[in-house]
Amino acid sequence: MRNLTKLSLVALALILAACSSSPLSGARGGAFGANDGSVNDPTSVAYFNQNIGDRVLFEVNQSTVNDAGRLVLAQQAAWLNSNPAFTILIEGHADEQGTRAYNLALGDRRATAARDYLVSQGVASSRLSTVTYGKERPIEICSQEACYSQNRRAVTVLTGGANS
Amino acid sequence: MKMRLIARTLILALTLGPLNLTTAQAQTGPLRIEVTDGVIEPLPIAVPTFVAENAAAAQLAEEISRVVVADLVGSGLFREIPREAHIAKITSFDAAVRYADWKAINAQGLVTGAVSVQGKRVIVKFRLFDVFSDKPLGDGLQFTGSTDAWRRMAHKVSDAAYGRITGEGPYFDSRVVFVSESGPKDLRQKRLAIMDYDGANVQYLTDSTSIVLGPRFSPTGDRVLYTSYESGSPRIYALDVASASRRVLNNQAATLSFSPRFGPDGDAVVFSLAKAGNTDIYTMSVRGGAQTRLTSSPSIDTDPSYSPDGSQIVFESDRSGNQQIYVMPAGGGEPKRISFGAGRYGTPVWSPRGDYIAFTKQNKGRFHIGVMRVDGSEERLLTSSFLDEGPTWAPNGRVIMFSRETSGATGTSSLYSVDLTGRNLKRVPTPLGASDPAWSPLQK
Repeated sequence: MRNLTKLSLVALALILAACSSSPLSGARGGAFGANDGSVNDPTSVAYFNQNIGDRVLFEVNQSTVNDAGRLVLAQQAAWLNSNPAFTILIEGHADEQGTRAYNLALGDRRATAARDYLVSQGVASSRLSTVTYGKERPIEICSQEACYSQNRRAVTVLTGGANS
Repeated sequence: MKMRLIARTLILALTLGPLNLTTAQAQTGPLRIEVTDGVIEPLPIAVPTFVAENAAAAQLAEEISRVVVADLVGSGLFREIPREAHIAKITSFDAAVRYADWKAINAQGLVTGAVSVQGKRVIVKFRLFDVFSDKPLGDGLQFTGSTDAWRRMAHKVSDAAYGRITGEGPYFDSRVVFVSESGPKDLRQKRLAIMDYDGANVQYLTDSTSIVLGPRFSPTGDRVLYTSYESGSPRIYALDVASASRRVLNNQAATLSFSPRFGPDGDAVVFSLAKAGNTDIYTMSVRGGAQTRLTSSPSIDTDPSYSPDGSQIVFESDRSGNQQIYVMPAGGGEPKRISFGAGRYGTPVWSPRGDYIAFTKQNKGRFHIGVMRVDGSEERLLTSSFLDEGPTWAPNGRVIMFSRETSGATGTSSLYSVDLTGRNLKRVPTPLGASDPAWSPLQK
């Protein structure tokens, strides 16, 4: 029951994040791009972002993928394994409560944790790369835990594929 | 506060380089403020408008004396006695000073000056007087430079006065490289910029197409190391300040590098490199070549800073479970933890004088700038806010500048400075938002 609640919260969070219109990208952090295709096309980036979920969230100062995150990453891996034309960049991010360089290192840890999980699920490591944005590209901008929890994330960004 | 006297009143006429600045200062033990005492009452000084020795100098004479006042008062150690209160008028630089007139308004220090302009050259003369001893304090000085460097000559005057009265090293003739910020929090535009220590003469060194972070000066102030996302991921660049030309230092695939800082020899660069989820500290030459790994723990090791003699490196690590400060030999080796208080400690920076380490501390949801002795003793927090971060030392090791970010969706970042004693906290003006300041060495 507890897990269910957690999962639905994460799902809600993902929908909220997806609805955010902030033109994120220095980080191409999950905004819909013109080449993302139709959500009705199960091989499109748009479908991946909306139906699989492009991100996992982390606890304060942590880089361990939690249960909810593992579920998302397992689904990402299955999708990536059936859509092998895509290459994958994982962006690690931190909330603003930390010093700049430490947050860069923490973002790197988070991106690597997500990457390692995808590899464990059979995604070829040659398709994967990572980058950290530290606290430079928050997706939510309030200074409260409601926003911080969305900013402590690893985002799976796809390039290549049939639509681009 | 102690007062002593000095007898000589020579004018030193020096002719070096484009800006003729003296280093020949009489060592005096003057009209002294002990900076480390935590001065409560600023010393009253009078700075009459500098005498314009020819018509072309009228405007600069006024502006230079205003900058001298701004420097000295801005240090928090001096209070200006307004010109309206002055009894004596200084109309000739060489006329005898009527001490009684300055005592009558309780001016303890008197700064006089004269300015002349010849074509594109400006000559600034200056004297400092210890009013209550009826004596000049140190030699008169003369600076010559181009008219467009007039602010530097004003800062040199202030540095001489500050140095004689405090016995501390000068710091006004210095610059700050920083990250200029604009735009909303989730799409902040960042550019490298450089300005005088007081916010004047801002120039941009990069455009805003890539995120830039953490600039740091070379020991001679002519080059800057910084982190940029120009290639898509964080990498370290070296930039020549005069030409703004830049080159990447480390292009190794599958690594991210950041947090660079020069060693005191101007060649060694110490930095963080993240590889496979682990961040360690490395060194390399600024000219390129092999990298030497200095730490190899599975923890985050970052924000390294050399001791002024180059023999040690202070850095932060979360090897104990959260961020703490460690010191290790410059060639690597067993680090010794020096921070033990409550909370998390990061961004350690060794003072140019070698006596303190400045840091950022995070505790109970607040951020602080603090200092401690290099063995970790005498920890003292100087500031407290929602987000204070990234201290940098003035060249004399007695003032610290840092970034302060306000909270919330409209939060913005600004630069602030504060004394080593925690006094004189104030905002440093910048045209836009600003973060990651790095103070230059004193200009030559």
